[in-house]
Amino acid sequence: MQDILELRGLSKQFATHRAVHDVSLAIERGAFFSLLGPSGCGKTTTLRLIAGFESPTAGEIWLKGSRIDALPPFRRNVNTVFQSYALFPHLTVLGNVEFGLRHAPAADAGQRVRRVLEQVQMWDKQSRQPSELSGGERQRVALARALVLAPEVLLLDEPLSALDPQLRKQVRAEMKALQRKTGVTFLFVTHDQEEALALSDRIAVMRGGEIEQAGTPEELYRKPRTRFVASFLGEMNWVDAVGIRPECLRVSSDPVLNGRAGRIAQATFLGPHRHLTIRLESGEVVTAQTAAGIVFDDGEAVRVSWDPADELRFLS
Amino acid sequence: MTRLRRIFVMPAAILMLVTIAVPAGIIGVYSVLSRGAYGGVELPWTLENYGRLIDPLYGGIFVRSFALAAAATALCVALGFPLALFIARAGARKNLYLSLVILPFWTSFLIRLYAWMFLLRDTGLINTVLQSLGVIREPLPLLYNDGAVLLGLVYGFLPFAVLPIYATLERLDKSLLEAAADLGARPIAVLTRVTVPLCAPGIAAAAILVFVPSLGTYITSDLLGGSKTILIGNLVQNQFTTARDWPFGAAVSIVLMMVAVALMFAVRRRGEELL
Repeated sequence: MQDILELRGLSKQFATHRAVHDVSLAIERGAFFSLLGPSGCGKTTTLRLIAGFESPTAGEIWLKGSRIDALPPFRRNVNTVFQSYALFPHLTVLGNVEFGLRHAPAADAGQRVRRVLEQVQMWDKQSRQPSELSGGERQRVALARALVLAPEVLLLDEPLSALDPQLRKQVRAEMKALQRKTGVTFLFVTHDQEEALALSDRIAVMRGGEIEQAGTPEELYRKPRTRFVASFLGEMNWVDAVGIRPECLRVSSDPVLNGRAGRIAQATFLGPHRHLTIRLESGEVVTAQTAAGIVFDDGEAVRVSWDPADELRFLS
Repeated sequence: MTRLRRIFVMPAAILMLVTIAVPAGIIGVYSVLSRGAYGGVELPWTLENYGRLIDPLYGGIFVRSFALAAAATALCVALGFPLALFIARAGARKNLYLSLVILPFWTSFLIRLYAWMFLLRDTGLINTVLQSLGVIREPLPLLYNDGAVLLGLVYGFLPFAVLPIYATLERLDKSLLEAAADLGARPIAVLTRVTVPLCAPGIAAAAILVFVPSLGTYITSDLLGGSKTILIGNLVQNQFTTARDWPFGAAVSIVLMMVAVALMFAVRRRGEELL
């Protein structure tokens, strides 16, 4: 597969702080790529640099083999789904979706509008005003408005954060299906690691303006290169400077077994499994995930052990 | 809560009642009475004062007043919009520019109009400079015409156009402008397709704030228009002073007020439809 978007040594220095520093990335055509990190890590600035709302202080942006970092936003064949959706309040759903086609006239404009509105199930509501739509519907119109222009890359700035949690999972699935169906490359910015893991083909974890690690969700989860990545994706226990995932811990009430001694601080039943918080005698507090069938009482003495192969070690 | 609100509104409500509603009521009553021999009003009741307005002489004054007010409104909005846009995007200097817009209010409007007279008259600054430079031989007729009145109106009311437009531009969601550029709109298209339509309420407010006082203007046309430019405001003034025909002056005032109120409602209705 060929790379459609490439960032080379991209940096953005604002008057007071360094937002993005020496970011290099290559994104494959048709991929669902996520930039993941805590707020202020530079992920949104990176997205805005690609869209053209900010200009980089150093570095290059290449889209489909041509350099675009000096072009104004209206000349870049990328489109953005904004965090707030930024639908035009004075236009209907249809008016919003047709907005960009005025600047890029296409012979099949009418068909394209219809197809994309049907894809996001908003064809019936085409004459509504944005103020008459629910959050999920607005998000779909924002997607349609950008996708109708057939961008090389669709940039999504935390498009799920404005939705309530129950809706988020459903919309997430719809979005992934839409990406697969249209084949458009998605560059998705989020601070939600679960979202990134569920959606992405590849993820780049950002911290302090730099890329900490990039890879498939599984690589990042199983072989995190830094303590930050290990802690940011999923839960992580730290025992003797070694990282171990909760699901890798074995917990037993048999006192003769090998392992570290501890007591159950809290046991929570979560349906398919139990979530245990254990205070070790050495002082650390660890969490473990065990099968729901094994019952532990609060305060019960236990032994905690793990396979050394599951240990994650990092250079400090 | 409602009681507290009532108490808060009370002082302003009383002031408005005493200074606007009561005088307007008196004018209304005067307009249906007969003219007194030495000014003032007398019985019997009559509608004749309104009937006289049909006279083409007054019709002409109304038309000219409307045309001048409309021209002043159009110019103020056309000049005020770019200025408001400039200020809204001036970043840290915003407040400085805003105070510059309001600065003229520190001097009496009357004095500022006299200043214009000194600039525009035959022996004024503009004509003197142009003559001494040899650009013109005879002084240009800059003062005492409709153009001078229009200039005075635009000069006087421009801040009233800038401020409401600025207020809407300031509140405009910046991501909408970014979204338009993102969807391929060049800066000029962003302006015409997003900024201006979303600014419609501010533009409507600006238009009302300029049009209504322009329509009733009296001092600007009196000083800069001379005796040739009679507008509605001057007509009303004449009736109450030299002509000593209070009922007719009152009738003209009432019609002017009705027109202003009707226009305000029309613009507000249109504004609500737009949003």
